[in-house]
Amino acid sequence: MTCGWVPKLDLYVDGELFGSELAEVEAHLRACPTCAADALSRLQLKRMTQAAGHRFSPRPEFRHKIAQSIERRPRWTRRWAPAFAAVAALVLMLVPAAVWLQNLRNEQALDELADLHVSTLASGNPVDVVSSDRHTVKPWFQGKLPFTFNLPEMQTSPFKLIGGRLTYFQQSPGAQLLFEVGKHQISVFIFQNRGELSRLNSGSSLSKKLAFNTETWADGGLWYFVIGDASPSDVHALGELLRNADR
Amino acid sequence: MIDRRTEAESFETLAMPMFASLYNFAHWLTHNREEAEDLVQETYLKALKGFVSFQQGTNFRAWIYRILRNTFLTSRSGLSVKMTVPLDREEDAIGLPADTPEAVLLARADEQMLQSALESLPVQFREVILLCDIEEMSYQEIAEIVGIPIGTVMSRLSRARKSLRELLAEKVRGASK
Repeated sequence: MTCGWVPKLDLYVDGELFGSELAEVEAHLRACPTCAADALSRLQLKRMTQAAGHRFSPRPEFRHKIAQSIERRPRWTRRWAPAFAAVAALVLMLVPAAVWLQNLRNEQALDELADLHVSTLASGNPVDVVSSDRHTVKPWFQGKLPFTFNLPEMQTSPFKLIGGRLTYFQQSPGAQLLFEVGKHQISVFIFQNRGELSRLNSGSSLSKKLAFNTETWADGGLWYFVIGDASPSDVHALGELLRNADR
Repeated sequence: MIDRRTEAESFETLAMPMFASLYNFAHWLTHNREEAEDLVQETYLKALKGFVSFQQGTNFRAWIYRILRNTFLTSRSGLSVKMTVPLDREEDAIGLPADTPEAVLLARADEQMLQSALESLPVQFREVILLCDIEEMSYQEIAEIVGIPIGTVMSRLSRARKSLRELLAEKVRGASK
């Protein structure tokens, strides 16, 4: 006849009994030799199975392969790779587009200044203040501009100051000074250096605009643009004069 | 939301220490090194892919073993196992009488005989013995992995051990003839 405690023996051997239930089974095993022998036999088989069961070992190269596959293929790269690729492609497309757009804006701004220069020359009264004297021209702008600027001494240079006029560029007031070198007339535009203007050019640089030679630079919170049909060296020389005016 | 890189690292931290055990279990199920490697590899890839659905703080070991077992059951050898081994009624198992002469026979059994007996067991018996005795898992973990109630784990284990003892006794008797 089977002892009623037998169904508990596997639980006992497998460590699935706790508290009072465990105490009861242990008490029974001390009292019942048949169950004690049965439990011992089950424990013996369990221990043997445990020893025999650890039989197969993975090859080291297989372990390495799995470890690498986990390292090499983290979820986020696989899941987000298409998104990253799309964003990267978009950035690659947008960056040249932004650069192109900025260049276009710069071109348009410089075109506008070139137009101002041309329309000034075409006017019957190109300047509002006619004077070759810098001490006349500069004070004329007082009260008309929210800034002031220095004009160089011209007497030792080939340049002649013709005069100046108030101008507007991108909704801001500025000074347009007209100079002459030989038969060539050169405009010098001076504006407050705002963010947009500073992006037009940084530092002194010469370039061509509608066959005019131009030079731009920023200094002391002001932005300068020189344009004329004089030679590049003359345009540059005038630029140098202006840059050294207050030094 | 946890950082993806941390996620990959934590998966590695949790999964790699189980590599040898998972491989051993896979080899016992498949009886074949190549298939065991395929099974383990597929398990790791599935687990890595599904790691986002794994709830941190729950039993990772039970989770990855369940993946391995389910992967095995849908593999070629797993499908053939399901077809050829019908499930017996589980409730017949509780309350098996202990055959005392078995203890004598078991004492004469060696490791090779036991391995051979384990290999001969139907996979449904083999897996619960492997999980309980070799991996030292609780009935609760085994229930999670195999997808059966704890009561069924107990009865299946009991029947599996009875079969193992019988097979082992046969081998011992055969060897002593």
